[in-house]
Amino acid sequence: MKIGAPKEIFPGEARVAMTPDSALQLQKLGHECFVEAGAGKGAGISDAAYAGAGVTVLQDAAALFAAVDVLAKVRPPSEAEVQMLRAGQTLISFFYPAQNTELLEQAKAQGATVIAMDMVPRISRAQKMDALSSMANIAGYRAVIEAGSNFGRFFTGQVTAAGKVPPAKVLVVGAGVAGLAAIGTATSLGAIVHAFDVRPEVSEQIESMGASFVFLEFEPTQDGAATGGYAAPSSPEFREKQLAKFRELAPEMDIVITTALIPGRPAPKLWTEDMVALMKPGSVVVDLAAERGGNCDLTVPDEKIVSPNGVTIVGYTDFPSRMAAQASTLYSTNIRHMMTDLTPKKDGAIFQNMEDDVIRGATVTHDGAITFPPPPPKIAAIAAAKPKEKVRELTHEEKRAAETAAFKKQTRDQVALLAVGGALLLAVGLVAPASFMQHFIVFVLAVFIGFQVIWNVSHSLHTPLMAITNAISSIIILGALMQIGSGNFLVILLAALAIFMAGINIFGGFLVTRRMLAMFQKS
Amino acid sequence: MDYGFTTAAYVVAAILFILSLGGLSGQESAKRAVWYGMAGMALAVAATLIGPGSGLWLLSLIMIAGGGAIGWVVAQRVQMTAMPQLVAAMHSLVGLAAVFVGFNADIELGRVLAMDPAARAGLEGFAAVLAHKTPVEVSILRVEVFLGVFIGAVTFTGSVIAFGKLAGKVNTAAQKLPGGHMLNAGAAAASVLLGVLYFNDAGIWSLILMTLLAFFIGYHLIMGIGGADMPVVVSMLNSYSGWAAAAIGFSLGNDLLIVVGALVGSSGAILSYIMCKAMNRSFVSVILGGFGGTSGPAMEISGEQVAIDAEGVAAALNDADSVIIVPGYGMAVAQAQQSVSELTRKLRAAGKTVRFAIHPVAGRLPGHMNVLLAEAKVPYDIVMEMDEINEDFPSTDVVIVIGSNDIVNPAAQEDPNSPIAGMPVLEVWRAKQVFVSKRGQGTGYSGIENPLFFKDNTRMFYGDAKKSLDQLLPMID
Repeated sequence: MKIGAPKEIFPGEARVAMTPDSALQLQKLGHECFVEAGAGKGAGISDAAYAGAGVTVLQDAAALFAAVDVLAKVRPPSEAEVQMLRAGQTLISFFYPAQNTELLEQAKAQGATVIAMDMVPRISRAQKMDALSSMANIAGYRAVIEAGSNFGRFFTGQVTAAGKVPPAKVLVVGAGVAGLAAIGTATSLGAIVHAFDVRPEVSEQIESMGASFVFLEFEPTQDGAATGGYAAPSSPEFREKQLAKFRELAPEMDIVITTALIPGRPAPKLWTEDMVALMKPGSVVVDLAAERGGNCDLTVPDEKIVSPNGVTIVGYTDFPSRMAAQASTLYSTNIRHMMTDLTPKKDGAIFQNMEDDVIRGATVTHDGAITFPPPPPKIAAIAAAKPKEKVRELTHEEKRAAETAAFKKQTRDQVALLAVGGALLLAVGLVAPASFMQHFIVFVLAVFIGFQVIWNVSHSLHTPLMAITNAISSIIILGALMQIGSGNFLVILLAALAIFMAGINIFGGFLVTRRMLAMFQKS
Repeated sequence: MDYGFTTAAYVVAAILFILSLGGLSGQESAKRAVWYGMAGMALAVAATLIGPGSGLWLLSLIMIAGGGAIGWVVAQRVQMTAMPQLVAAMHSLVGLAAVFVGFNADIELGRVLAMDPAARAGLEGFAAVLAHKTPVEVSILRVEVFLGVFIGAVTFTGSVIAFGKLAGKVNTAAQKLPGGHMLNAGAAAASVLLGVLYFNDAGIWSLILMTLLAFFIGYHLIMGIGGADMPVVVSMLNSYSGWAAAAIGFSLGNDLLIVVGALVGSSGAILSYIMCKAMNRSFVSVILGGFGGTSGPAMEISGEQVAIDAEGVAAALNDADSVIIVPGYGMAVAQAQQSVSELTRKLRAAGKTVRFAIHPVAGRLPGHMNVLLAEAKVPYDIVMEMDEINEDFPSTDVVIVIGSNDIVNPAAQEDPNSPIAGMPVLEVWRAKQVFVSKRGQGTGYSGIENPLFFKDNTRMFYGDAKKSLDQLLPMID
């Protein structure tokens, strides 16, 4: 198959979907590689470098589109680009099929197969193709660098001969891949980093990166793992609490980096105008969600503005593209891994295996049909967290109510038991003679006392208890003693034997118990 | 014959027995409790010898002395690890004694009923008690004798088998003759039938036949119960021996027998209940033998058991701050309690927190581990129950599992199809590191694979528990 990467036509986009390195790897899979002249310029790759890696350089996009079977791009295609696709051709790029339904229809009409890099399912096996993550990682790093270049002080605290410098305080909102990358970068520069996320389960990851988790006292309503590891919209009450917490933090923070995105929705507004007003002059807000409307009220996409009180708000949407060389290396590797999965036999023939979770998930049009949205993957992305046991503190009234209810139930049970027991006793008393009843009452009382006493026996003394009850049960000796005076020889013999056995038991049982108990000692 | 004195002595003896059992609520008061028990027994025997047990008291004393001497020797010589067998063996004696006494009552009854009224008036002792009975009372007496003999017989053979299983003389696996429960049910039904015949003056042959059937029931019932359920079995037999004594007490009209029998019976019943609860099993399913039905195939276990040598364990122990030791039956078998105690002493001397976690059914007898650890002079205030310590595992550095298996099996919580699903277990796998001292790779008593052994934080320390620990001891500093 022939694989080609055109020059990105989106204004300011500097990334490219194929590098000389990835081309070498693709050739090993049996593919032929093509590139449009000047495609790598923004990422610092010359046409000569491509040619050196055995890539054919074609002069314009039309020639490339005509020549190749597989097109690898970064940005979603423009309408004009889709028009150039032909039936049977495969396009691999970011596509955002949920937002770009018209483009999707168009691609279907062209009969092309589209593999959306943003639809690669989040399962362990597919991590090597997860371009969203590799781009987010770059964005998080770059966000800190942008913030630093717009921030007038050090990140790290220093005590110098010229005076003491306090460390910068950084707040990262949203601890996805970008947020975690930002945390890592900011902490390694020496800043004090706080981080917030609506998914409490990521607190461990936040802390592992060296930031402290901004804890919000709130009942978790939803398990983040259920949405494939992405955040879900939160309830209005939760939002209010969250904003109140941010307002409390705003005056202290020097740098705020917001990365909160909810799949398929505009970015939530989390850093409001009044929070910006609360911040110190010279502080910086970097809004990584600017492309989707921004987390900050004042964000202007693609621009850097300064608020009336002197807070810089960075709303760039092209962070990965600003690091085009790094971004192209990672993205082209993601593409190369995708191609590896698409050519399982390494013979240069593409096998669109729609049974494969990863390929099925990423493919949005195939064979003239729209295959989006994909069925849920067979393997759960993240093991569902076990529902945490609720350890809600009971209020005083509730405790009282529970106690009263338990008390009532206990009383009811006891009364019922007594009633049944009493009735049974009466029933026995009706038929049995008085002499029997006398003994029977003794028996019932003894059972009762036994139950009362044994419940209090300490768990660790169960073995001595068994031994001592065993010794005591040889009270049967009394029966034998009473009978031994009989005139019948057989009775005397049996009684004597019984006395003998009970004797063993009495002495053995008690002595063994004593031996055991003597061993228990305190430290 | 001073009956008033005897009755008063009985009351005192009964109170002493109750105090004796009640005193077992704490380790310190328990030491006093055993003396209460002895005093109660001495008083009861003495009062009976002086009172209603007229005649042949010299023979009685000789028999008591002879039996007592044997009991004394056994009690001094028995190994603490052999406690379960001893208790089971002694239960069988009580059971057999109950059978003999029951037979005597029947023989005496026959003798007394055959006499004419004049001769009856001249009788003494037990025979005199019988002589004064009305016909209704006589038939009640027969019911009591019947019950006493039946329960006593079941206790006898049951305890003998339990002894054999615990001592390793009988195959510990659950075994049943063809027919299973039907055989037991049939024998029980036949016994009831014989009982009815016996009540209708069928003679002593029906009693003897019933005894044989009861012997069979006891044998077959306990044969069908697996070794892991022995704690329940032993306490159940304990309960039975009590009920047998109570039933005999009724037939002899002796209140002390009734009181003590009832005390022992209820004590054993409660113990059985506690044991069953600890294993999350219904009493009926334990008694009827075997595990309850499983609902599907057991969870697949992936991974492998990783072995470790003594140096590795020692290094981990030297680094650890908090250690929990989980002993099981394997420790008792290997007689490793002294080594465990020595290890504990060394670790504590090094300033580490060492505690013991005891599962309610660890070992083959309720409280078995506590007794062994106490014998090895492990202070009882660092020996914890499951509920006290289960929460502390996540904050523990090292857990050493010595010869226990099912009680630390995570399948009980994780695999709903496991035969032990729902049984409360010690959550050792939550600790940072777990070492399992175990003889080999085999499964535990219940034959269930243990996923704990395959966990990432588990290392297998193969070998005889005592030898392994002795090897480990010099490396601890």
